[in-house]
Amino acid sequence: MVVIGAGEAGARAAMALREQGFAGKITLVGDEPHGPYERPPLSKSALTDAPEPRATIILTPERQAEHGITHRSHTRVLAIDRAAHQIELADNEPLAYDRLLLATGASARRLSVEGADNALTLRTFDDARALRARLRPGQHVAIIGGGFIGLELAAAARARGAEVTLIELAPRLLARAVPADIAAILAARHATEGVRILTGTGIVHIETDANGHAIRLSTGERIACDAIVAGIGAVPETGLAARAGLAIDNGVAVDARLATEDPDIFAAGDCCSFPHALYGGRRLRLEAWRNAQDQGNAAAAGMLGSEEPYAAVPWFWSDQYDLTLQIAGLPDEGRETITRDLGDGARLDFHLAGDGRLVAASAVGPNGRIARDVRLAEMLIAKRATPDKAALADATVKLKGLLAG
Amino acid sequence: MTTTTATRWIEACAADAIDEEDVVRFDHDGHTYAIYRSPDDEYFATDGLCTHEQIHLADGLVMDHIIECPKHNGRFDYRTGQAKGAPVCVNLKTYPVKLDGGKVLLGLA
Repeated sequence: MVVIGAGEAGARAAMALREQGFAGKITLVGDEPHGPYERPPLSKSALTDAPEPRATIILTPERQAEHGITHRSHTRVLAIDRAAHQIELADNEPLAYDRLLLATGASARRLSVEGADNALTLRTFDDARALRARLRPGQHVAIIGGGFIGLELAAAARARGAEVTLIELAPRLLARAVPADIAAILAARHATEGVRILTGTGIVHIETDANGHAIRLSTGERIACDAIVAGIGAVPETGLAARAGLAIDNGVAVDARLATEDPDIFAAGDCCSFPHALYGGRRLRLEAWRNAQDQGNAAAAGMLGSEEPYAAVPWFWSDQYDLTLQIAGLPDEGRETITRDLGDGARLDFHLAGDGRLVAASAVGPNGRIARDVRLAEMLIAKRATPDKAALADATVKLKGLLAG
Repeated sequence: MTTTTATRWIEACAADAIDEEDVVRFDHDGHTYAIYRSPDDEYFATDGLCTHEQIHLADGLVMDHIIECPKHNGRFDYRTGQAKGAPVCVNLKTYPVKLDGGKVLLGLA
């Protein structure tokens, strides 16, 4: 078994293959120099923890030995030869496979304006290390993009005492995945913390000289800053798959078992798009940590012959200051929202489809207030439950009770 | 499974302070614990913090004999402390518990 991509999905798949009983050879190939590490801390604790950024290694050398996994780091894969069942490596002999998993992830989307080469991006541990050096008092950091990466970065930059201007092209923050009311709570908090937020604002060009950078905005304003970070989304790494003739549809296209049209090649994590039974077979590509983990496990099962479809409820979270946001399901599938006040400034929104089915829940607040209820909501979503609206709104009604009903 | 041998019993809370199939936090002597009441009305105790990112488990969800961390949903069997899958891989320490006149007592070494 060969896994290309030593991120969350790839590392979890490699471990899961062994845990699920596979006794043969497992090789995990990754192009980074580090052992497989967790990516979520890169925009959070890796930027703020003293004294040095820390990589949380998922698959330590001890665990590699325990699971009998060969990890080839710093190794680029050039091509997949499907007929010969082998992959070509940049600096090694070809590597044969019986089953292959593509867990190639995604890369940071680049700005396309003039001067954009001078903007940093954040995707890898080395990126985080480079960025961290710029976050300190007296520095002014311009963040382009008001999605999760941009906002988590803004919170980390403020925690380290840097000045922050955040520039977002859309009329509001987090426009892609987070309901407007919840995004507004986060926006207000960032404003309170001193982040200057400019929405509905484009970038015309970036000038760089020995003194730093200046960003010319669509409003005509010129913003001088010491560092620029672009957090404008990610692009799935599909090059290998495309060159091997596999179908691409906003990611490597896989079926509900995470198999590509080649029965010996699977894909998992940020790089793939898959049909989701809970949402009428809608094809999703999820850039989410939990999805990478769960699909790593599911792809391993598929590679070992399981026919079980992948149907986990999408779930993701973000930490900014002391606030946690958690979202289960797809809020944009909802037609009606019921709000439950959890106290302590915590709020949980249930999103119902036209037929009353719970399709998503989104919550923001201190972690301890929201997590349990979001988890229960996730279970209700998986059950395709149509809970009573008054019960959802009433914080004294335990969600666990609704689950039993 | 790592269980300390109890040499002293500390009062943690009233037995009815924990709902069935629930968990509460208990702090003692600079250490934090999670005390559980199972669906079959037994009591258990573990270290309070998840071994993944040190989040308190008392905010987590108890289902059957599993505690789920509120942050990233790592799972442990709270009877044995055994990690039950990603992202956690380090087991939780467990402690003996006994009931005495409606009080939950935690056994510490």
